Amino acid sequence: MTTQILIAGFGGQGVLFAGKFLAYKGLLEDKQLSWLPSYGPEMRGGTANCSVIISDEPVGSPIVSKPDVLVVMNLPSLDKYENDVVPGGKIFVDSTLIERKVERTDVDVYYIPATQLAIDIGAPTLANMIMTGKVIKETGVVSYDGIEQTLTKIISARKANLKDINFKALETGYNA
Amino acid sequence: MVVFERPHSLAKVPMHYCPGCTHGIIHRLVAQAIDELGIEGNAIGVAPVGCAVMAYNYFTCDMIEAAHGRAPAVATGLKRADPSKIIFTYQGDGDLASIGMAETVHAATRNENITVIFVNNAIYGMTGGQMAPTSLPGQVTQTSPYGRDVSMAGYPIKVSEMLSALDGPEFIARVAVNNVKNVKNAQKIIKKAFENQVNGKGFSLVEVVSSCPTNWGKTPSDALKWVEEEMIPYYPLGVYKDKSAEKEGE
Amino acid sequence: MSEKVLMKGNEAIAEAAIRAGCLHYFGYPITPQTELAAYMAKRMPKIEGGVFLQAESEIAAINMVYGVSATGKRVMTSSSSPGVSLKQEGISYIAGSDLPALIVNVQRGGPGLGGIQPSQSDYFQATKGGGHGDYHLIVLTPASVQEMADLTGLAFELADKYRMPAMLLADGTMGQMMEPVELPETKPELIDKPWALTGTGMKREHNIVNSLYLVPEQLEKTNLERYERYKLVEENEVRYESFMMDDADVCVVAFGIAARVSKNAVVEARKQGIKAGLIRPITVWPFPKKALAKAAETCKAFVSVELSMGQMIEDINLAIKCSKPVSLCNRVGGMIPSPEEVLESIKKAAGGNE
Repeated sequence: MTTQILIAGFGGQGVLFAGKFLAYKGLLEDKQLSWLPSYGPEMRGGTANCSVIISDEPVGSPIVSKPDVLVVMNLPSLDKYENDVVPGGKIFVDSTLIERKVERTDVDVYYIPATQLAIDIGAPTLANMIMTGKVIKETGVVSYDGIEQTLTKIISARKANLKDINFKALETGYNA
Repeated sequence: MVVFERPHSLAKVPMHYCPGCTHGIIHRLVAQAIDELGIEGNAIGVAPVGCAVMAYNYFTCDMIEAAHGRAPAVATGLKRADPSKIIFTYQGDGDLASIGMAETVHAATRNENITVIFVNNAIYGMTGGQMAPTSLPGQVTQTSPYGRDVSMAGYPIKVSEMLSALDGPEFIARVAVNNVKNVKNAQKIIKKAFENQVNGKGFSLVEVVSSCPTNWGKTPSDALKWVEEEMIPYYPLGVYKDKSAEKEGE
Repeated sequence: MSEKVLMKGNEAIAEAAIRAGCLHYFGYPITPQTELAAYMAKRMPKIEGGVFLQAESEIAAINMVYGVSATGKRVMTSSSSPGVSLKQEGISYIAGSDLPALIVNVQRGGPGLGGIQPSQSDYFQATKGGGHGDYHLIVLTPASVQEMADLTGLAFELADKYRMPAMLLADGTMGQMMEPVELPETKPELIDKPWALTGTGMKREHNIVNSLYLVPEQLEKTNLERYERYKLVEENEVRYESFMMDDADVCVVAFGIAARVSKNAVVEARKQGIKAGLIRPITVWPFPKKALAKAAETCKAFVSVELSMGQMIEDINLAIKCSKPVSLCNRVGGMIPSPEEVLESIKKAAGGNE
């Protein structure tokens, strides 16, 4: 089983971190995986995406061009990648920021008001983790168990205070 | 009684320099400083590209040959690899002040604890007498046959003045070797430039105003006269920067 | 066995280099390899004897490498294509002085300032000299983050053994991607370097590190001796991976990210009944000539998959002495061929000879 995930949005929305979280969770579950960011001169505000592949077999190309799972956090990303998703795939839309509906009818679509939910829980920058929680719930690509340990792994000791709020965001997304 | 002998760290081989060239004197002053400080076994020298390209044959300490202008970067590598070693570069004006200016300025501003011997004879000697960054206004060379035209070729670079404007370097001085008095002073200054390194003080550069009878088209004695009358007025001798002395004076 | 960690390729190189005993790093910022310098900047000051220095230019950086290497210590620099062009002068001097060193090129599109997306268009530069004069580098091409680490250690070892510079020829994808990686634990055995500049200690004749020989007979002799060593490298250090080649009709040749994409295509081709296989050069100098020549005995056709205008394809044609058709499947300028594009090329190659 191989799951190809593409997460896309504006730079600064944390799409790379969301991908990194899934990759690390996969690592702790002894899965094969790769994480590949788009990289560009814009540090903030430009488009950003990352390819994450989680598999039971060695990963070939790390580039996700036909995602099984697409997570979009802004409209340009939905416009750009909607048609690349494989038939039967899943699209996760941050419906606070993207007003239009997905046009494809051969995919499962999940609308999550992630940015609004993030504001509601007092973590306005963590819409990415809310989306990630939902992805874990609906795809099972990694297990929900042990997400705290994963956060401990990837959040540096210097920023340890952010762990709880990230956990809360994941939980909120998972239950959304 | 021995009144004059070859310094131990100066190799016992004939040098390839032209008659009347002052490289031989400057090599000797460097070797003498190395001997007097007892650092030969610990020293590594960096030879340039230019007339002194084969300096690696003339010093008995470990030596390395650098690409044109890159000696300060090579010296930085050597020093960072083992700060207990005494590292010196020996460079000409084309090497240090033209193609290698970036390496020079940055080694100086990092106050890299090395010693730089900069031989300024206002011409590219090895390639046969082309205009150098330090050629004087109006100076005739193979590539300035009508005299250096400052409106086209710009002005000579005064390396010591320029580097002494930086906060980084420890010691910048200009000396000459055109007469006995100047040679004696040069000897003192060059030794100080090595001593600074031994004492961990940092980047010490000695600019030595020198002559090139062959490419200047002058007899050796006329060349020395030209140093006195044309070079030194443009490139005044003296200590331009001495951070430790400045501190003591405060 | 050490714990698997998730690391970017650029970081894996840096950590592996430190573990290989490289305590001196000199670099200059350039995308997409900057993480490597940043990692070194963070780690080196915490290690006894560790030196990170941001040089004033790529030219200065490679000459600092030359200086450290002359003292016998392991040393490296890293850059991306335009920066590696600037280093060529220094690389030629290092090769001409028979010094070991590691140069990492995380390639981006060119020529000129080009772009910042992945490329393999410095293949000629890496394998055919790059700087002036007759010389070679050992050129290793990682295709995973694990190999970014493993080949770094190997590069230092081979460079020391043969007294020549080695290059890790990666690309932007390899540098930026994260994969689980297991880093080597142990410190390597370092070989004796009697030629090193360590100060005479007044106990020996002086050592001279030099590439200048004004007497042509002498210069010729150093070149011939160097090429004797290169011959040994070609005999002993060729590395490649063979994938599904046992009964292959179509042999895909690709390295780095192109090999990763090609593997997907080969698997898909097999599913569709085409006997495809992959030879992935891990060293592109020395090039796996014998492996390709052997493949040419049974394969009908070759496909060279490259992120360049077809630079490696020349080496393939030479290796198989043009005995079989070799087609090119390539994207350039920062683009990467998709598995579908490679599959199409495989199909064409298979069909064209039936």
